[in-house]
Amino acid sequence: MGAQLRALWGWFDARMPSVAEQWKIHAANYYAPKNFNFWYFFGALSMLVLGIQIVSGIFLTMNYKPDASLAFGSVEYIMRDVPGGWLLRYIHSTGASAFFVVVYLHMFRGLLYGSYKQPRELVWIFGVLIYLTLMGEAFFGYLLPWGQMSYWGAQVIVNLFGTVPLIGPDLALWIRGDYVVSDATLNRFFALHVIAFPLVLLGLVVAHILALHDVGSNNPDGIEIKKTKGPDGHPLDGIPFHPYYTVKDLMGAVLFLAIFCFIMFFVPEVGGYFLEYNNFIPADPLKTPEHIAPVWYFTPFYSILRAVPPLFNSQFPGVMAMGIATMILFFLPWLDRSPVKSIRYRGVLYKSWLAAFVVVFLILGYLGTENTNVWGQFGFDAFFLDTKDIATWAARVCTLVYFLFFFLMPWYTARDKVLPVPERVTS
Amino acid sequence: MRKFLLVALLAPLAAFAAGGGYPLDRSPHDPRDLVSLQSGAHVFVNYCLGCHSAQYVRYQGLTGIGLSEAQIRDNLMFTADKIGEPMKGPMTIKEGKQWFGVAPPDLSVIARSRGADWLYTYLRTFYRDPKTVSGWNNAVFPNVAMPHALWMLQGERGLQVEVPKDGHGHVAYKWSEVSKGAQSVTEYDATVRDLVNFLVYVGEPHAASRKAIGVLTLFALGVLFVLAYLLKKEYWKDVH
Repeated sequence: MGAQLRALWGWFDARMPSVAEQWKIHAANYYAPKNFNFWYFFGALSMLVLGIQIVSGIFLTMNYKPDASLAFGSVEYIMRDVPGGWLLRYIHSTGASAFFVVVYLHMFRGLLYGSYKQPRELVWIFGVLIYLTLMGEAFFGYLLPWGQMSYWGAQVIVNLFGTVPLIGPDLALWIRGDYVVSDATLNRFFALHVIAFPLVLLGLVVAHILALHDVGSNNPDGIEIKKTKGPDGHPLDGIPFHPYYTVKDLMGAVLFLAIFCFIMFFVPEVGGYFLEYNNFIPADPLKTPEHIAPVWYFTPFYSILRAVPPLFNSQFPGVMAMGIATMILFFLPWLDRSPVKSIRYRGVLYKSWLAAFVVVFLILGYLGTENTNVWGQFGFDAFFLDTKDIATWAARVCTLVYFLFFFLMPWYTARDKVLPVPERVTS
Repeated sequence: MRKFLLVALLAPLAAFAAGGGYPLDRSPHDPRDLVSLQSGAHVFVNYCLGCHSAQYVRYQGLTGIGLSEAQIRDNLMFTADKIGEPMKGPMTIKEGKQWFGVAPPDLSVIARSRGADWLYTYLRTFYRDPKTVSGWNNAVFPNVAMPHALWMLQGERGLQVEVPKDGHGHVAYKWSEVSKGAQSVTEYDATVRDLVNFLVYVGEPHAASRKAIGVLTLFALGVLFVLAYLLKKEYWKDVH
């Protein structure tokens, strides 16, 4: 029996790229730095969540109806009458937010240790593309439950495209397939959500990992471990990904799943942040909710959009700012002029700017979930105060810091006093 | 740095707690109290289902609150013939619009959009107001289209709102009795508690099994984590 199986294996190996060879390249013989810390869990976890979303999504699709008159009811049908349907739905809704949590932490890791710097620019660019695709995927998916927030959130976002000069209104019409968000919009968003964007996402993830495994992983010291090789030709500071990081990531995955399950089973709404309360009201095109807020993972950019004052009655400058706020990420590898990668050997300038960036990102995220009068109004009047809402001005300051973090980066990273980088990784 | 981040993370929660409007009472409902759920179902079919529906809830699903199919058929099914039918009232959307100006909303997930505290307070804060079409108004939901459906139980009440002149400080709400209802204040509060309990139940009928499975899953993951940790430690002992 064993010999026959081996013969069958050999038959396949002779007719396609060797599986054993691929396993060696990407796991057993892929040498990763031995000093990965907590921050290095989130890449593998992102892939885990992607898997969770695809599998739960397939089963949801079997019961969901992409029809404006049936969609809301079909979600309730899943929640009540489909055996285990409530579990599938909560897995998928918790997974959506969890995806952004792990991806944001994964990206922050890149900022901490300079993982985007030469020679990993392409790894970073594929990563940013994954992030943008994920935003689209989340946006399309959020329309599907067809609640009030689904509907009006989509209405607001599609209208943003309508602000583009000249082609705007036609562009928005083309996206919606109708003059308002309607059944036609729901149908196309369903198609984009369940097949088009997941395909792109999978392709980009493969590219991201292939590029990474070609150049090798960065590490918390920002040292190229390939520079110091032992007599066997393997990096002295590297260990095979399998079994060392497979068992370590397994441990991280179990811990992550415990947190995931705690949220999913005990607080699936997370106080209205993961599942918004208003989304339990069916979409009503004639009734605009008093307060429209996107889900938490979009709110930093929504805040930037609202912070920028309109020009000639057009919101286009805000839309531009929001677009630039995401697109600027592509240029990060060339904006950073520091000779060192890791925050451990950077100077006070970069550390301060990164800390400021994190703080303003969180503040912008919070403000985006609230009305602009959440912090009250200024008690005085002045000619330059186009709005007296304190939160709007706070968002403007934060937006400025957000952009300065990137635009001033070539200047402050080049001037920063850096520490000497050791030859070998520290533990 | 770390401390500052924590403050920045928690600040939104503090701001979230603040807000205007009539202060909400905490709903005393208990999803494990089957008697309360059954009594809530009774109030629901007698007082709510005439105008509202709960179209995503099937009568059969009420076996989840400890009722047999025969009990459901005999006591709760006024407008349906088959046990598998959804809970729909006799009133159509068109009629609702004609009579109240708006169609009474479906109540299947009302507890999920409004929250239990809101419902518990709302159903206890109707008052007589000659300025509205229905003659009723509500402290939590000003100018609500719905008249007080439970007024025969609670009785009629009046409300005087005193706003402080300087615009600062708390708004004072002064309730008065116009006519007595069939129930005392305590009895009425219990009726509303039962009704809210039922609405929370139908909002998510699987909530109880969700939590039960959650406990088991977390226990299993806890065991798995210990094993995964030991496995990792075993493999990593030769990495220096």
